[in-house]
Amino acid sequence: MVPGRSRIVGDSPVRKDAFEKVTGKARFVDDLSVEGAWVGRTVRSSEAHARLRAIRFDPAFDWSTVVVVTAADIPGENVIAAIADDQPCLVDGVIRHAAEPVAVIAAPDDRTAGEALRHVSLDTESLTPVLDHESSDQALKSYEILKGDVERGLAEADLIVEGTYRVGHQEQMYIEPQGIIAIPRQDGMLVQGSLQCPFYVHKALTRVLGLAGDEVVVAQTVTGGAFGGKEEYPSMIAAHAALAARKAGRPVRIVYDRREDVRATTKRHPATVRHRTGVMRDGRIVAMDVEVVMDGGAYVTLTPVVLSRGTIHAAGAYRCANTRIRSRAVMTNTPPNGAFRGFGAPQTLFAVERQMDRVARALGLSPLEVRRKNLIGVGDTTATGQLLTDSVGAREVLEAVATAGNVELRHAELENKPRVDGAHLARGLGLSVYLHGAGFTGSGEAHLRGKAAVALGRDGRFEVQVGSTEMGQGARTVLAQIAAEELGVPLDDVDVVTPDTSIVPDSGPTVASRTTMIVGSVVREAAAALGAELGAAYPSLELRAAAREHAIERGPLRVLREYRPPPDVRWDDAAYRGDAYPVYGYGANVVEVEVDLDTLQVEVTRCLAAADVGKAIHPQLVEGQVQGGTLQALAWGYLEELVLKDGRVQNDRMTNYLIPTTLDTPPIETILVERPYVRGPFGAKGVGELPMDGAAAALASAISQALGVEVDTLPATPERLLDLVRGSR
Amino acid sequence: MIHASTTAITRPRSLDEALAALEKSPGAVLLAGGTDLMVAWNAGERHLPERVVDLWSVPELATIGVAGDALHVGALATHSRIVGSPEVRAHAPALAEASRTVGAAQIQNRGTIGGNIANASPAGDTLPVLLAMDATIVVASRARGERPVPADAFWTAYRRTALAPEELIVRVEIARDRPQVLFRKVGTRRAQAIAKVSMALSLRRSAGGAVEDARIAWGSVAPTPVRARRAEDALRGKPLDAASIGAACAALPQDISPIDDIRSTREYRLHVAMAILRRALSGWVG
Repeated sequence: MVPGRSRIVGDSPVRKDAFEKVTGKARFVDDLSVEGAWVGRTVRSSEAHARLRAIRFDPAFDWSTVVVVTAADIPGENVIAAIADDQPCLVDGVIRHAAEPVAVIAAPDDRTAGEALRHVSLDTESLTPVLDHESSDQALKSYEILKGDVERGLAEADLIVEGTYRVGHQEQMYIEPQGIIAIPRQDGMLVQGSLQCPFYVHKALTRVLGLAGDEVVVAQTVTGGAFGGKEEYPSMIAAHAALAARKAGRPVRIVYDRREDVRATTKRHPATVRHRTGVMRDGRIVAMDVEVVMDGGAYVTLTPVVLSRGTIHAAGAYRCANTRIRSRAVMTNTPPNGAFRGFGAPQTLFAVERQMDRVARALGLSPLEVRRKNLIGVGDTTATGQLLTDSVGAREVLEAVATAGNVELRHAELENKPRVDGAHLARGLGLSVYLHGAGFTGSGEAHLRGKAAVALGRDGRFEVQVGSTEMGQGARTVLAQIAAEELGVPLDDVDVVTPDTSIVPDSGPTVASRTTMIVGSVVREAAAALGAELGAAYPSLELRAAAREHAIERGPLRVLREYRPPPDVRWDDAAYRGDAYPVYGYGANVVEVEVDLDTLQVEVTRCLAAADVGKAIHPQLVEGQVQGGTLQALAWGYLEELVLKDGRVQNDRMTNYLIPTTLDTPPIETILVERPYVRGPFGAKGVGELPMDGAAAALASAISQALGVEVDTLPATPERLLDLVRGSR
Repeated sequence: MIHASTTAITRPRSLDEALAALEKSPGAVLLAGGTDLMVAWNAGERHLPERVVDLWSVPELATIGVAGDALHVGALATHSRIVGSPEVRAHAPALAEASRTVGAAQIQNRGTIGGNIANASPAGDTLPVLLAMDATIVVASRARGERPVPADAFWTAYRRTALAPEELIVRVEIARDRPQVLFRKVGTRRAQAIAKVSMALSLRRSAGGAVEDARIAWGSVAPTPVRARRAEDALRGKPLDAASIGAACAALPQDISPIDDIRSTREYRLHVAMAILRRALSGWVG
């Protein structure tokens, strides 16, 4: 070991949760053995929009064997607390989407619960639903970002390029469906389950149950994937389970099966994005005029923040003096859309990247040239006027994939290849480059002031106490690495406690690529302070010995710290101007495809993914994030399609909502770029969402080149490609 | 979903016992690997029936072997066993190929060829191959004994078969002198996908190169697996060339009646069917 050199950070030790998961010892919420627990099932609407006149309970069923909860049983407010508090916990009056919860039934066993469910019917009066966001006039939120003078920019441009881009829903399809168990206690309610944000659930429960904060405890169980899908919806299930448990006077567990999960829980927002770009003959972009419309679904949920991120990212990783981005989210009578890895950015980045290809074509430049000419760098400002001063890896990631993918040559080669009649395969190459704001938008982190504690236990070992959850991404391992590195102790000496709102401080939700960067930096500070205190107490001992002595002689010790936003970060929420994010991660992709000209099936033959993550605390986990996110983005691009009919999800199973299998997964060549962020722990920036942002655009671009069309709508299914090819003839 | 209050399950240990059970309760639901029925029952798409005859333990139904000039594949032969069978690989490799595309490994371990035939889904992966091979589906009842049904006459309408209520499928017989079959399945992804279009094609050509006989069978483009007789006719007696291939492709739309559904569209299916037929026939030229 080189003195002073990092030993734990930058290494890839075995994940903290590997053993229990690999050996099957991990207990998911459905595995927990809880004495006397009943099964909860949800009665849902089947119409997209209707007035609920009555819930009918068939007298043929013996209702004394079960417990039924309706809106009338709610002791607190009938609301799932979120940004707008508009979503009821159980319908009381008007049904606004086709999978809306109306009642909860709890029964001693699954069979009885299912029987009871079949004996409930809804007496409704149908109302006319709004099912398409492009025709909805019910805006729930809008933004406008203005920089320079877009009209003048357009007027002075040599050329104006226009494009319209559309993307569809995406289902998170975590392997473990959602589930919660609520256990009534003398002094309140304990709720355990598969969730991302224990403090969100905690807040929602206090409102619905009308309980004080200390009467509700929320604890996470081992969580089998989330991708944003367990950010907000667990509050709904927790409220249902808790209401049923309260009425039944016993624990009630609600675990969705796959079909209910796909039908009812939140998805990625469909969006329509229009671009008008003013360019000069030399390739410079002088004006960007962007209009974004997102489909919020039936309730507000997190849509205003999703739209915000989408809006800020709509100008992509490019400098442009005159920019206008106008966005709005509208309501439709479809299941509410919500958080999903990328949080609005993948939609608008897809649009701007496809638009850049269109600009390149209009100017006779290659996609690489046009990006090189306009790429953002240190000293440039973003659309919100944020001056980029350091940790900007945009050029490095672009050049890394350009070199590794031999892009200049390959693109030209494929572009100039003559089309052969009766050929079986067509090939194409696509490129994308993008950025992703790490941490909460604007003043989010300043308001939140996420907390973290590091504690010395009685056994002389250390414990990281945070509200941040492990959901497969590796947070438990990475936060332990940060604390161990800072303390200078072996990784085995540090544990990360499972989040439980009665034990851990509120570190903020596990979202927005903020856990490593924001919470990790607070953990590092707390660890440093704890180390300093131990050092002061036992100046002659090395830290591990000091910790043991302290534990024996003076007992445990805990240091709590909270996030202090950098003083030079400024954000004007009213004007939507300033430093939108503490820092950005940068990514780039090259995708090569072969399209079968008989079937229009697409095969990705090469995929490169470069990511500037500041510092890879655990390089193997970072590569996993990059590869997983890239695959999820590719699948959104050509495979995954949610089919709605009259507002009802038609493909609610893994048989008909298809995600890629191993055979559909190309080798993804990962290139990690490290442009350290001085305020991140050991230089780290967020990485969770970045890889979701660009591969779909690169894929669409590659298909476009292969077929000689413009793929502007996702997913680029063979059926859509056939229409495009026919239309272009 | 309405469930029978109880479901009586009979588990015969021999073909005789199975036929007797079925004679006693004609119309009882026959359960083989359960890969279709269990899903449908759990999803509430089919009622749990009053009587089920579980065939899984009937040894006579599970054999694969050669008898005389035919390959015999027992109705209970699983897709995994078909894939691994040297006899199938030698005499009907396209059947092994089709079985290899059924669901996941777990499904292939439970799912059977008899189940695939009886379930009568237009998307059943092995069915076009059986049509193209002119397979015979041998069914039996206790009263009448065995009865051969040509594959061509087995699927009578959407999800309907020629199987009488007291009958079960015993085996599939495929003549060993049949020309080889080319199988092509177009699904939404590369594995574990239900067919949007599937095709099984066989040609017998004279020494001079003329097509003496053609079998062009399809899945997922009609209410049942179908043969494209007009397209076959367009080839018969002709040399395989641009003209006859063009005629066969032009005739195809009259043979099939694809629809829009959750997996694909009528337009796409028509396009793909013609394109893969053209590609396959062109590959045969020369």
